[in-house]
Amino acid sequence: MTIRVRLFATLREGRGKDLEIEKVQNGRELIEKLQIKEEDVAIFFVNGLHANIGVELKSGDEVSIFPPVGGG
Amino acid sequence: MERYLRNFKTITPKEQEKLQLSKVCIIGTGGIGGYVVEQLGRIGIGEITAIDADVFEESNLNRQILSTTKNIGQPKALTAQERMTLVNPDIKVNALHLAFDETNGEGILKGNDVVVDALDNISTRIMLADFCAKLGIPLVHGAISGWYGQISTVFPEDDTIRKILKANLQKGIEKELGNPAFTPAVIASLQVSETIKILLGRGELLRNKLLFIDLLRNEYEIMGI
Repeated sequence: MTIRVRLFATLREGRGKDLEIEKVQNGRELIEKLQIKEEDVAIFFVNGLHANIGVELKSGDEVSIFPPVGGG
Repeated sequence: MERYLRNFKTITPKEQEKLQLSKVCIIGTGGIGGYVVEQLGRIGIGEITAIDADVFEESNLNRQILSTTKNIGQPKALTAQERMTLVNPDIKVNALHLAFDETNGEGILKGNDVVVDALDNISTRIMLADFCAKLGIPLVHGAISGWYGQISTVFPEDDTIRKILKANLQKGIEKELGNPAFTPAVIASLQVSETIKILLGRGELLRNKLLFIDLLRNEYEIMGI
């Protein structure tokens, strides 16, 4: 059960860009393992498609996570 | 008209006429919005409505194109209007020195062909997207934080904004990262390009897509929404 993870912008700090994470069942467990707070996740993609953070994950899935950007 | 000679052949004279008959509303005339007004005014959008409740402060000078040492304390929206009378007196600019909110949103947006999101907080963006959906007006979303920015083009039937912004957040990572000079200029230019393509009905739009830009690492990622 390996999930490939791509982190963007500030989420890379202290974690890296491309990661492989094992033994997680869903998005929430994944970010917990990465020590990312849920409020720091604005957009969560699984295999290039928008998904909710509670989504079930399966081996081989590729997850991309973006932080919230709100300035103007 | 000589003013628009260099617009041709990027756009045709007929398309130029179409822009002159178009109305675009820009919500926020700070970092992003200042550049949006500048570009839409120069290309020749016939009627621009610029809204901002703020006045210029010294801390705006690092990035907001409309701010100068001489207009600190002046309303941003009115400054946008004054500048456009110097740049392109052939267009009409309506300046609204007020906050966009639940009570005035519909009246402000109604009748516009495109709305440009140049706001500085997340909750108002969600309200703006709801108004645009209700009124059937395309919205061009843009936001920045430090080296990072994002844009997306949202049509009334799309649910993009609620998917990419979190309703329970007011600010994003910009509260730690600040906003430098170059990021709003990049995002504003992309929003203007999207606006022009919507108005002219050509090219490809970032519809149901999010373009996320990382200027620190030169990464430009387009994701499907």
